[in-house]
Amino acid sequence: MRARARTRTDPALIRRSLIVTGLLFLGLFLFLPLMAVFSNALAKGISGYLGAIKEPDAWSAIRLTLLAAGIVVPLNVVFGLAAAWAIAKFDFSGRGFLITLIDVPFSVSPVISGMIFVLLFGAQGLLGGWLRRHDIKIIFAVPGIVLATIFVTFPFVARELIPLMQVLGSDEEEAALTLGASGWRTFLRITLPNVKWSLLYGVILCNARAMGEFGAVSVVSGHVRGLTNTMPLYVEILYNDYQFVPAFAVASLLTLLALVTLVAKSLVEWKSESTHPAAGSAER
Amino acid sequence: MKVVLKKRSVLPGFGLAMGWTLFYLCLIVLIPLSTLFIKSASLSWAQFWSAAASPRALASYRLSFGASLIAALINGVFGLVVAWILVRYRFPFRRLVDGLVDLPFALPTAVAGIVLTTLYSPNGWLGSPLRRAGIKVDYTPFGIMVALTFIGLPFVVRTIQPVLEDLDVGVEEAAYSLGANLWQTFYRVLLPEILPAWITGCTLAFARALGEYGSVVFIAGNMPLRTEITPLLIMTKLDQYDYAGASAIAAVFLIASFCLLLGINILQRRRTALAVLD
Repeated sequence: MRARARTRTDPALIRRSLIVTGLLFLGLFLFLPLMAVFSNALAKGISGYLGAIKEPDAWSAIRLTLLAAGIVVPLNVVFGLAAAWAIAKFDFSGRGFLITLIDVPFSVSPVISGMIFVLLFGAQGLLGGWLRRHDIKIIFAVPGIVLATIFVTFPFVARELIPLMQVLGSDEEEAALTLGASGWRTFLRITLPNVKWSLLYGVILCNARAMGEFGAVSVVSGHVRGLTNTMPLYVEILYNDYQFVPAFAVASLLTLLALVTLVAKSLVEWKSESTHPAAGSAER
Repeated sequence: MKVVLKKRSVLPGFGLAMGWTLFYLCLIVLIPLSTLFIKSASLSWAQFWSAAASPRALASYRLSFGASLIAALINGVFGLVVAWILVRYRFPFRRLVDGLVDLPFALPTAVAGIVLTTLYSPNGWLGSPLRRAGIKVDYTPFGIMVALTFIGLPFVVRTIQPVLEDLDVGVEEAAYSLGANLWQTFYRVLLPEILPAWITGCTLAFARALGEYGSVVFIAGNMPLRTEITPLLIMTKLDQYDYAGASAIAAVFLIASFCLLLGINILQRRRTALAVLD
């Protein structure tokens, strides 16, 4: 960070008006909504707030959200590590294309992300008849929610790991192998510790999106109260029922999760920059 | 000509890692996505056209692309200001503000949707003064722009910030001391440096806004032909079990988004190519 006196190129008047403009914009779009979530959640006092959260339907929504994230995040971590190992440590043709394919879910609208699973597994879907004959329910049930969430959060871990592992190269791994370490041992003792902060960063982002995803999950869930409602869907139902205090109470839990995510993200950024100063700047 | 599929390497595990990557990619992304095109291809051309180019669909494309573009440009202007003050100036709570910029990435879109709607409702903190001034935001295209601006806010800031940090302040000072005025220094010295990052940031914000659903549905009012964005129209068609119509609209919309992603990638590749030449 350069801290230098800057009086020559921008006069104080311009400096001040830019700061005021920027902060007003952020205040209007970030700070005010943030305050409004908590103010609306506490509109009927602490007891109203706690009452809303203690509802059985709220608890089942929280449990389902945790369950979905608990399945989705580990699967995407395994994928991210495998993809980064294949792409960053080996030289093969079509690498750029593969990276583009991994990024595809980012450019698909959440509604379309949910819809493709309905087209595949839904009652009229390609596999719908077969699933019905075998009495397997995916759409309007938990597996559909998990699948749609995996799709939406698919690139998060991989795209954090790939650039870092490309910058780090494979000299250390080659040295370990030459000294007689097995492949797994090399991976666990050399590669994993080297990328742990980026991995954690990816996990934090992946988890936040997995718990907060709305559009894709909304398409596949069917909105069965107490059964297939995740927290964001439950917020929507309460809000559309004009139960504003309970809606904002559950929303405030998701907002707290978002704030924890931001703090954790900043800590990890700071940690990873002190571990790999060069790689950190190459990455972001 | 010999095509090198994979160079030899002493590291193990290529087969396993690559195999799992491709298997998972096909299972989660490629096969489900292909069903969209299989479904669309099963329609006759007339069916496809009547669904994808119905007046309601056309109005939704116009609204989605228009509102996303305006939101991206609002973010382009204010995102640049925010990035600039965060990098160049020191003010109280700068670190906190810097961290808070990522809030729209972390906040679930449904939460953003209900809180923005409440803020701009007739009794809301912003809605009631705006009403008195004769401006209605909720249930109008303005509301959609507000939600999309919120969603895209971090993109421009986060793509310009690193470029500004790497920029040598001395160049501006030199331009200034050689007699360029503020505007010339900005226009001739700064702008060419940050323009590629600015365009990338705006495009990312635009692409994100295009597909956005959760934050918009609450504030938009969802009136067909007036405040119905394309993702919502797809959702409505799905709720009516009109899978064919939904597929046709989604296919058109998706191809447009992919073209955008491709554009960004080409732009970034040109940017890195230029950086290497420098």
